[in-house]
Amino acid sequence: MKIVVMVKEVPDTYGTRTLDLGTGLSERLRSEPVLDEIGERAIEAALAYRERGHNAEIIVVSMGPRTTTATLQKALAMGADSAVHIVDDALIGADLLLTAEVLASAVRKIGDVDLVLAGDQSSDGSAGIVPAMMSELLGWPNATGLSSLSLTDSALTGMRVSDSANVSIEADLPAVASITETFPEARFPTFAGIIAAKRKSVAKWSLAEMGWVPATEVARSIMVDVSARPARIAGTTIHDSGDAGTQLARFLIEKGLV
Amino acid sequence: MGSTILVQAEVSPAGIFAASTARLLAMAESVGEPVLLVVARPGTCAAVAQSAGSVGARRVLVVEYEGSTGQLTVPTVDALAIACAHVAPDAVLIANSLDGREAAGRLAARIGAAVAVDAVGVERDEEGIVARHSVYGGAYSVASAATFGPLVVTVRHGALDAQVESVKQPDVELLTAAPSGTRAARVTRVELDDTTSARPDLRGAARVVSGGRGLGSAASFALVEELADELDAAVGASRAAVDAGFAAPSQQVGQTGASVSPQLYLALGISGAVQHRAGMQTAGTIVAVNKDPDAPIFEIADFGVVGDLFAVVPQLIAELRARRN
Ligand SMILES: Cc1cc2nc3c(=O)[nH]c(=O)nc-3n(C[C@H](O)[C@H](O)[C@H](O)COP(=O)(O)OP(=O)(O)OC[C@H]3O[C@@H](n4cnc5c(N)ncnc54)[C@H](O)[C@@H]3O)c2cc1C
Ligand SMILES: Nc1ncnc2c1ncn2[C@@H]1O[C@H](COP(=O)(O)O)[C@@H](O)[C@H]1O
Repeated sequence: MKIVVMVKEVPDTYGTRTLDLGTGLSERLRSEPVLDEIGERAIEAALAYRERGHNAEIIVVSMGPRTTTATLQKALAMGADSAVHIVDDALIGADLLLTAEVLASAVRKIGDVDLVLAGDQSSDGSAGIVPAMMSELLGWPNATGLSSLSLTDSALTGMRVSDSANVSIEADLPAVASITETFPEARFPTFAGIIAAKRKSVAKWSLAEMGWVPATEVARSIMVDVSARPARIAGTTIHDSGDAGTQLARFLIEKGLV
Repeated sequence: MGSTILVQAEVSPAGIFAASTARLLAMAESVGEPVLLVVARPGTCAAVAQSAGSVGARRVLVVEYEGSTGQLTVPTVDALAIACAHVAPDAVLIANSLDGREAAGRLAARIGAAVAVDAVGVERDEEGIVARHSVYGGAYSVASAATFGPLVVTVRHGALDAQVESVKQPDVELLTAAPSGTRAARVTRVELDDTTSARPDLRGAARVVSGGRGLGSAASFALVEELADELDAAVGASRAAVDAGFAAPSQQVGQTGASVSPQLYLALGISGAVQHRAGMQTAGTIVAVNKDPDAPIFEIADFGVVGDLFAVVPQLIAELRARRN
């Protein structure tokens, strides 16, 4: 089984994430770049499948800025076999559809892929849409938003939690699956894993190397305005000395909130 | 004006229009002429049209789709693509639910359209439809538009409160179309979420009471629910509370959970990590109860109580009850 795991480099969510008010792009340098947590969980799911005794080649794919090559080392250290980093100046500020087009064409170029495994939502874009777009572009089923997943050589089954229902689904491979954060947390790379990663490769692909050019008949989404909202400021804080519940009730009543 | 805005009806597995449908119609009406698209089982067109009128649709397109419940996402996308070809809309508005988002994504990929995800509003300028987004937890307001063609927009739950008046006799058109044959996942079982209670829906609620790890146990989490019921509020939770099994994943508020913007948000035993704040800091009034004076939640609270929630909250509930009686 050939599994491609889609991961994204994102600004660390624990840092202050900022947007450049001129370009509308995320100011990546203001917050340390890291592998998105949900992508790590997807790698973990692929590794766990292999550790249950199945044959699996695990290839990690990411489209992102130059720093992504270094970030992908962690995926290799966790145990992925190889990594592909798609990097091209033409992709700076790429919208969701362009991202999905590039990633789908990378999957085609890798070839003979049985499963694309993604996170349900990235922590910076939080669009939750790239995997579904990829499945349309590849002509594959979207087995997305899964809280559980089991695989055979030719099919998958899983549980999808939508807003109003728990839905059991099945799909024939090849398919695009995405997982939610109810999947187990990722392992930490071991020392042996880190050493082994040095012998593995991160392939860097430009669009020219992929032999891919964006179609002109496809519309793009552009940012037409960005503005910062004033930061929230703290109001009153009281220390409970026995009557804080009463004071809080008074606050809510005076404000007309109850 | 005079341009068509296609609205995708969100229909529950039980066949009832979700509240989002009326809101999307109202939003569509502010920028153009709404046309409601409903994907229905064969022979149900007339019944569907009637209820579509009751949520305010004047013009309805019905696509009857054999076995539309058996396949995931693809039937909806087939219907959306047919409807887009039929009415050439300036924008397509779809609820930003899991199903809605994915239908939007597939539609955009299929017809080569630009997509705007999780919009909190739509506007129209000289060049067309513009979607408004609130990003990084409301720290920024961003507007996006398509270079050309329709803009496919998914709209955040509860982003808009307005409703349009109900319509007695909507103008209904039945569209027939052959399925695209795109490979799809199959739905083998649907279990309706029975935790949906009499409480207001988290997304879009006017008041939200959320509990965190500070509640200590699933049993104690009942205190959050008790206060919520006293305030007629929805119940939310931090990720730590969800991970610990105090609350359901659908109750999570934050970056990877629900984004809420209620008039009142009460955070009980929640430290206020950035990822939690990302989902609630646009609330009108924020109240926090936490025993740690240095908890970051106090940086954004309008009213903070440093204290033990197990003392403060019961007293608050008693006060509110006393006032009511
Ligand atoms: C990629 C990513 C995405 C994430 N997404 C989300 C998200 O969507 N939502 C989210 O919430 N988190 C999210 N997190 C997790 C987040 O970083 C925090 O770990 C989480 O919000 C902490 O939850 P908490 O405040 O309940 O727990 P804690 O941080 O442990 O805080 C518990 C608080 O309770 C207080 N307390 C304890 N006992 C009492 C008492 N008796 N009375 C009063 N106060 C008491 C303590 O002082 C403490 O401040 C995400 C993290 C990552 C990395
Ligand atoms: N630039 C990217 N490179 C690789 N994978 C991506 C990229 N963008 C999105 N994805 C995948 O799609 C998932 C959902 O992303 P999004 O639709 O942006 O919320 C992520 O968790 C990744 O698995």
